[in-house]
Amino acid sequence: MHIPDGLLSGPLNLGLGVASTAAVGLALWRGRGEQAEEQVPLIGMTAAFIFAAQMINFPVAAGTSGHFMGAALAAILLGPLRAVLIMAVVLIIQCFVFQDGGLTALGANIFNMGIVGGFLSYGVYRALAAILPKTRKARLAAAGLAAWVSVVGASACCAVEIGLSGRAPMTTALIAMSGVHALIGIGEGLITATVLGTVAASRPDLIPDEASKADEEPAELVGAGAKSP
Amino acid sequence: MTKTASFLTAGILACLLIAGLLSPFASSQPDGLEKAVAEMGIEESDDTAGPAAPLPDYSVPGIEREGLSTGLAGAIGVAATFALAYGLARLGRRRSPRSAEAS
Repeated sequence: MHIPDGLLSGPLNLGLGVASTAAVGLALWRGRGEQAEEQVPLIGMTAAFIFAAQMINFPVAAGTSGHFMGAALAAILLGPLRAVLIMAVVLIIQCFVFQDGGLTALGANIFNMGIVGGFLSYGVYRALAAILPKTRKARLAAAGLAAWVSVVGASACCAVEIGLSGRAPMTTALIAMSGVHALIGIGEGLITATVLGTVAASRPDLIPDEASKADEEPAELVGAGAKSP
Repeated sequence: MTKTASFLTAGILACLLIAGLLSPFASSQPDGLEKAVAEMGIEESDDTAGPAAPLPDYSVPGIEREGLSTGLAGAIGVAATFALAYGLARLGRRRSPRSAEAS
């Protein structure tokens, strides 16, 4: 479940809606004429996988479940801006077709999971990949950790929003949200690393060679891929 | 089949299996957000803004068997998500594609 209607304040929903619209617009604009033909199906498939995986809630503690988020997977495979687009597509389908996530909270959900989740995981992954050995194992570990950070980060954003909306004291919200999402993040890390490992094993050409990228350009489909240990 | 076509087929099949067959077995416990919100003493209202959704809460109206309803809803969702993402990505594709296809 994502943020429902009525949880956050009107102005906050509106502000986050504007921010998310701008980010998705930017992602579409930047992708204009840039998309390699072979990336199109990968984008479709990443979105479809994230949707499917998000349906599978897993138990994390007594009486609580969690589900996959997917921003890290998308960002590591395709770059943070495309991750925003992919997460937005998933959230839009969930909201309009399945009533999962409030319509007025759509902007907040895209902001937390798409923008924050996507850019945070990408940043952590790139930083770790730069300092760790260039082996597949190290990269997968980096991906798993980046995925964990993205879940905790997104949930902290949500907690801040709950606080700003005056629904609860911000510290209370942060403790409540971060605690359970630190557990859920473990699942996220494991799933992300497993999926990336599977893709790397069968189609290493789809894993971006981040060693050659020094800026925020969306990752290209370069042939190098991760070296096996 | 080209590498891309077979990768695509395998991937879509995996998504359909997950969303169509695995989803009825997913945990129905409240998720992290719901639990945290309850812990904070926030009362959530059931009111939803906007038009009614066709497959509310991942169920197909009219199908009695919950497993079938959830699975079918999941499969529809996979197709819809793929179509929208693919369509938007395709809008931005390069006019002269690089050929990286191996047969």
